[in-house]
Parts: sequence; structure tokens; C-alpha cells
Amino acid sequence: MSLSLQNVSRIVDGEYYIDDANITLEPGSFNVLLGRTLAGKTSLMRLMAGLDKPTEGRVMMNGVDVTGVPVQQRNISMVYQQFINYPNWTVFENIASPLRLEKASESEINQRVKETAEMLHIEQFLQRRPLELSGGQQQRTAMARALVKDASLILFDEPLVNLDYKLREELRQEIRELLKVRNSIAVYATTEPNEALALGGTTTLLHEGRIIQSGISSDVYRFPVNVDAAGLFSEPPINLIKGFVSESEVTFDEFVHFPLNQDLRGFKPGDYYCGVRPSHIGLVPHADDDLEISVRVEVAEISGSETFMHVKNEHFSLVLQLSGVHEYHTDTPIKVYLPTHKLFMFGLDGKMLQAPGRLHKGA
Amino acid sequence: MNKVENNKAWFLVLPVVLLVAFSAVVPLMTVVNYSVQDIFDVNTAYFVGAEWYREILQDPRLQDSLVRQFIFSFFVLLIEIPLGIAVALMMPTKGRGASLCLILLAIPLLIPLNVVGTIWQVFGRTDIGLFGWALTSIGIDYNYASNPIDAWFTVLLMDVWHWTSLVALLCYSGLRAIPDAYYQAASIDRASGWAIFRYIQLPKLQSVLVIGVLLRFMDSFMIYTEPFVLTGGGPGNSTTFLSQTLTQMAIGQFDVGPAAAFSLIYFLIVLLVSWLFFTTISHLDKAK
Repeated sequence: MSLSLQNVSRIVDGEYYIDDANITLEPGSFNVLLGRTLAGKTSLMRLMAGLDKPTEGRVMMNGVDVTGVPVQQRNISMVYQQFINYPNWTVFENIASPLRLEKASESEINQRVKETAEMLHIEQFLQRRPLELSGGQQQRTAMARALVKDASLILFDEPLVNLDYKLREELRQEIRELLKVRNSIAVYATTEPNEALALGGTTTLLHEGRIIQSGISSDVYRFPVNVDAAGLFSEPPINLIKGFVSESEVTFDEFVHFPLNQDLRGFKPGDYYCGVRPSHIGLVPHADDDLEISVRVEVAEISGSETFMHVKNEHFSLVLQLSGVHEYHTDTPIKVYLPTHKLFMFGLDGKMLQAPGRLHKGA
Repeated sequence: MNKVENNKAWFLVLPVVLLVAFSAVVPLMTVVNYSVQDIFDVNTAYFVGAEWYREILQDPRLQDSLVRQFIFSFFVLLIEIPLGIAVALMMPTKGRGASLCLILLAIPLLIPLNVVGTIWQVFGRTDIGLFGWALTSIGIDYNYASNPIDAWFTVLLMDVWHWTSLVALLCYSGLRAIPDAYYQAASIDRASGWAIFRYIQLPKLQSVLVIGVLLRFMDSFMIYTEPFVLTGGGPGNSTTFLSQTLTQMAIGQFDVGPAAAFSLIYFLIVLLVSWLFFTTISHLDKAK
């Protein structure tokens, strides 16, 4: 069963929650909705589910127009950021509730609840009530409720944000595994680029109510269509520097110059935005065409295996993502090396003109 | 870890000990003291042991008002709790309507107790009161000053008018605390309105309802001012509740000993019923 939104908008009190969304989701696919808070992820999911009616546009299920068909008459399930379970029912009854609605037989309910509970490793808690469980177990219960019936559309609305880091990785992996064997459409909303990449499948980028890009997650990551997409799908955000391209060289903010390399030779002289991923800038040169820039350290955030270093000079600031622990005091003068062959080039309107590696893709 | 003895800690809790001593323990012990003595004047007092307690427990006045008191509190809870929940469920959730409802609900709670009594005293009169006049003019024989049933009806109605708001406000805040996702999940589950109430709203309201029931029980069990102003306990003794009987005994007749014994029994009843209710609820919770 495929789901497609055609020119769907939702306007509340004159404000666009969703602006002209077009998207088609295939059965068995895993689709990540990536966007910041208030970008419209939940609004889009509510429209897909039929919890809200679009102001404009159509929602099609398998080619049949289901716009305005209420959620009760569609076969969907949903997992939320909060752990939503019936508070005074046991875990068993919670998981069984969607099956009871379908009037399944007692033996079938027993069997399917057990199977689903085992998949999510909560079979030993079936007789407990949700509030007697840990957060992770409560969310597993909510997921079991969503997975126990054969929903054609399963929506996950930031299901892991309220869990600790370790559990998050574990559950993320499990969700992916569980859904691989199903023919349902899965939609997963998140604010974290790394989560989108880890989940695989396709990623749809949402920004201020608009879908700005959609495609296979790694492709969207490597070839963002514009500055917004590049910023959204990068953690820490991609570095953007204004650069002037002339006949023979590139100048960053009238300050740093470097000769045009092979990748940039085709560009017309003028102003561009140049993007560099934080992980591509280093403290030591890696290639001949690396550009040496003198900067001062603003702050070095150490997150265990990685260090996020914020540096600046009088013209622009940069973020570096370095592996390992690097300790620097504020205001230490250092040199960083920017690989000029790994530049993203954007026009002043924000549109991407060139991504690194694209030229070599076919070859 | 080694335990460190430090007597300074006693010094640090001293302010609290003193405060509690003067605000609660000393007055309470004074009452205990009165209740076991027969006092004639400042210098003449005899120890009588449990004599006053024996006498008081056999006093038909106390027994009658105790029964009346339980019936009254029972009806108060029976009416105000479901009505409060219903009002909270019907209130708008946002916008001007919600603010307006909250203000309207808060008004009865802001009126001093004796004013509430006076309002209903006038309101229920058949000659100049709108309520009494309206009932009489549609042919109902109503007079709270002479008919005990009418008096009871009016006292209860007054209490419902005055205090249902409290239950409604508690429930309203409890309902607002339920995340919207619960209702979404319920609609995906095709839950009916009744099922949403029974399996989501009611369980989520449980803790505020426990507070509501306890507050309303204790308050109604200790009611004094409003019926005193409205009916003066009459007609006869039909609306004389415990605290009024107690006041008559302590101040009217100056029977300090029996009144002290009465106070302690009164206090213990309130404590016992509240404790019973609370532990039963908590146990039910665990048993489920």
C-alpha cells in the first residue's frame, strides 16, 4: 500500500503549518523526516495519519483518495515522544488493545502479544502496569502496541528523545530490524542528522513547513540541494564562508586566497557561499592543496571520542569536528587546514552548485 | 561509610521543634489536659480519668449530630465529586471561554463563609428571596426555617454551590496535564468517548481526585459557619452538625471537660476516616 501526498497544505489561523508538500512513500520503505523543532514534522505526520484534514491538496492511499477519511477508518499506528500507554492496564492488555478492537480470537491475541513482546524484549513484564516500568520499557510497550497489528502505516514521532543515549542506539537498531521484515510504510521523525543516517532508508528534509529535499538518506547527505538542506543535515552545522571567485583564485572575505583547483575552474567570477563540513577541516595538512588559515580557539567541546572545536579570526568563524581529545585554552593561536577540494559551492540564493566528489562519482 | 556523631544537628532542628510545639503540640496537650480533669475554677481541679469520655460517648446529642454529620459528608461527596468532574470535562480547553469559566468557578471560593450563609439565608426566603419565592410560586411547599427536609436540602445546595468549584478546578488542572498524544492515540485506537474517560482521563485524574475527596470530606465534616448562619442548626436540631454541638457545649454551657473530650474524639474521627480512605486507595492501587 503506497501513500502519497499531493500538493498538501495545512493552514491554521493564516499560518502555514505545511506548505505544498508532495511526497510518495512506498510499502516496506523506511522514511525519516528530518527537521528542527517546529519544522512541521508532527503536522506532516498528522496529515498522513488523517488526524488532521489538509486545507489544500489530496492524500492518496494506493491510488484511492482518502483525504478527509478520519483516522479511525485507516489502518495506522503511531508511537509518540511521550510514553503513551493505558495507565491502569497491564502491559499485556495494553499490547492486546488494538487486537481487541479487531475482535481477534483469544488464542490469536495471546500468541501475537507474546510474539511482539518477545521481539521487544518485554515478555517478562506482561503482568506489570506501565508506570512500574522504566522509561525504555514503557516505550517498548508503546512500540509493541503499534507493531502488534498489521498497520499499513506506522508513524514514529521522535520516539527516542526521552531515552538515554545507550537505550536510544539499541532501540533505533531494533526498530530498523523489526520493520525490515514488514510491508508497512514506516515514517520516523527526528531532529538529529546522525539518527537519520543511522536509520538508513530515505530522508525527507523539512524546513519551515516545506519539504526541501527528499531521497535516499546518504544521497541527501552528500548532495544537499541548498544551504538550508546542508545546514539541517549536518551536526555540527556545515561551515559557510563567503568566497569570491576570480579568474585564477578564490578569496574568502578578502582575506585568504587560494588558487582555483580543478573542481572550481568552471565557475564564473563572482560571489559564492563555500561550505566545508566540520569533519573535513584538520589541525594538520592532509593534501597539497589544503589551505592554511590562522585562527584563535574560542572553545573546545570534548565529547569523549570527539572534540568540537570552535575557532575564529577577525573575518569568519569555523567549527571543527576532530576525533580524539584535543585540549586548547581559549585564545590559543593555531593553524587549521581546509581541504580546498572538498568544498561545497552554493550560489548567493542558497542553491547548491557543486558538491565535493560529484565529478568523480561516475568515474 | 562511618557514621559521624554530631550533636549540632539537634540545634539545627530546634526552630522547627519549637514552632511545631507552640503551634500544635502545646494547644493539643492543653485540650488533653482539660479532657481528663473536672475544673471548677483556676485553683480547683480534680483528675477524673476517662470519665468525660465515657459520658460524652453516651450523650445522645453527640450521637445524633455524629450521624447527621456522616450523612451530610456522604451527600456532599456523592454530589460534589461527580458534578465537579462533569463540570471540568465540559469546560473549554483554551481561549477566552476557558479564562471566563475559571473566573466564574473561582468566585464562590472567594466569598467568606458567613457571607455565603447570609446569601443563602436571604436567597431561600419565601418572601424576599428569589429561590424561595420561585419554589413557592410554582406550587412547592418550601420553607427551610420550619421544614427539616427543606433545611437539609438548602444546606446541601449551599455547600454544593460553594465547593463544587474546588473539585472542578482540581479536575480541570488534572485534565490539562494529560498530553494531547493520549487523545490522538485513543482516536487511532477508535476509542469511544466513554472509553477515553474510563481508561485515560479517570486514571490520570486519580491523584487529584484523592486530594479532592480528602479536602471535601475534612471540610464538610468540620462545617460550622454556613449552616449556623443559614439555619442556626434548626429547625429543632435537624441541621446541627458536630462542630456546632461542640461549640454549644464549650462556650454556651462552659462544660470545658466534656467539650475537650469531645474535641479529641472529633479530631480522631477525622483523622481515622481520612487515613482509612487514603490507605484503601493506595492498597487498591497496588493490588490491581
